[in-house]
Amino acid sequence: MADRHTGMVEKRGAGLWLTHAGLILGVLFIFFPIWLAFVASTVTQPEIVHPPMPLLPGDQFLENYRKALVSGINAPVARMLANSAVMAIGIAVGKIVISILSAFAIVYFRFPGRKLFFWLIFVTLMLPVEVRIVPTYEVAARFDMLNSYHGLILPLIASATATFLFRQFFMTVPDELAEAARVDGARPMRFFIDILLPMSRTNMAALFVILFIYGWNQYLWPLLITTDPEMNTIVMGIKQMFPSGDDIADWPVIMATSILAMIPPVIVVISMQKLFIRGLVDSEK
Amino acid sequence: MEKRVIFKGIWLPLLLVAPQMLITAVFFFYPAGQAVWQSLFIPDPFGLSMQYVGLGNFEYLLSDPYYRASFLTTAVFSTLVTVVSMGVALYLAVLADRLIKGSGTYRTLLIWPYAVAPAVAGVLWMFMFNTRVGVITWYLGQLGYDWNHVLNGSEAMGLVVVASAWGRISYNFLFFLAGLQSIPRSVIEAAAIDGAHFWTRFRTIVFPLLSPTTFFLLVVNIVYAFFETFGVIHTITAGGPQQSTTILVYKVFADGFVGQDLGSSAAQSVILLLVVGALTVLQFKYVERKVHY
Repeated sequence: MADRHTGMVEKRGAGLWLTHAGLILGVLFIFFPIWLAFVASTVTQPEIVHPPMPLLPGDQFLENYRKALVSGINAPVARMLANSAVMAIGIAVGKIVISILSAFAIVYFRFPGRKLFFWLIFVTLMLPVEVRIVPTYEVAARFDMLNSYHGLILPLIASATATFLFRQFFMTVPDELAEAARVDGARPMRFFIDILLPMSRTNMAALFVILFIYGWNQYLWPLLITTDPEMNTIVMGIKQMFPSGDDIADWPVIMATSILAMIPPVIVVISMQKLFIRGLVDSEK
Repeated sequence: MEKRVIFKGIWLPLLLVAPQMLITAVFFFYPAGQAVWQSLFIPDPFGLSMQYVGLGNFEYLLSDPYYRASFLTTAVFSTLVTVVSMGVALYLAVLADRLIKGSGTYRTLLIWPYAVAPAVAGVLWMFMFNTRVGVITWYLGQLGYDWNHVLNGSEAMGLVVVASAWGRISYNFLFFLAGLQSIPRSVIEAAAIDGAHFWTRFRTIVFPLLSPTTFFLLVVNIVYAFFETFGVIHTITAGGPQQSTTILVYKVFADGFVGQDLGSSAAQSVILLLVVGALTVLQFKYVERKVHY
């Protein structure tokens, strides 16, 4: 490392500058591919296909983005953005709703099959959709769910991470609250709506951020289940914009689409950084 | 752990768990069961009937040189992705941790690529290294190096590794930085007063104290490399050239959907399932230990 001859833990002087230099190098490495994509989305096709392409933005920003959003290549990118939004929000909200309800039941009730149910959910923690992809596709096809929003959403909310999170959280809620509610003669659902839900607000928000990004960034499932370009999500639709064979790709439009595909999740992460970090740490515990 | 205070009723809780149970049964247990079932059969050439072959699909797979090659490819790929992304992240986190102020700013600048989908990361890197228009390909050409990941298997592997590791740095950085910041300053300062230089301190104190974070990230990154990198592979190389980047998940997809070899694809799913199971057990063992600290 920079300076081995001082006993200082934090860096000052030259060492401090070297630390900053190292970090800035890291930031540049992270940014460079995105900067290049942005530049490519603001220049003309000839400027790209005759390398090297420029490293500073051109003047075609409006033209390229308008072309992508309005006409796209297989389908308007505006349409793909809308599909992605429906899918991501559907997955986040759907998973939170079914999970918080079942966590409430598991923690606050004793009913037949509770243990079994608990273990059944537990098993789902293990298996990503990629592993069971062929039979899941067959189920979706049989239920006539190809090229539909519920086909995009439902198979991806069949997992238990969120249930576990809510269960952990409910376990930390003081028993006195439920006791008081019961003594007051409140019905379980009153207690759930008036006390548990408001207390879970932060957890729900943190989970929403994580699940939104998870849903937005899905690739394999939408690739299989949406054959109609009008139903493509933006993340899987980019690859479909490349021509097959030897034709030259419409790079400015494709790169504009890539930038558009990043913007919503990036905004969510940056604007809700605290919730995002909390959600990330919680969901991996 | 159980709650002391509970509500009475049987129908209400059953109703509450019903939605999750239904979705899990239809989209999880049934397909997973199907995968196991199908792995025991092969369809006849006309797809009209299925013939029971027992573990035949598995025996065939394990003796298939392509499948074995895919195992090796997966091992190389996931090791490289894990080492590269964790290495860079640890380096950056150690630097950020040395700053008295400003580490928050770097955190903001470094974490947001987490939001970039693996498939989009794939497109970005494929663009930079495109054999016709890629900027880096062009500069490498100027230096006299002829980059062509479409034909060269090692270059293809290198590219998918970097693209996969790139998007993962944020995540690892976040956990490493949190881990570093939770190490008591006094311990490190005591060592510094005793005259331990930075590298000695890192090797003997910081890294050992960081080991729970490192181990956790190791498991999570391997799972990431195994499954979530599908988008990167599909956009950049589609498993090629000559299957040199066909990792196991990609092969399940390629054999099941492109090749329509359902029995083999199902058997591969079952094998992957066992791999995930092992990794999960590993992770839970570790989590268990952390809880008892």
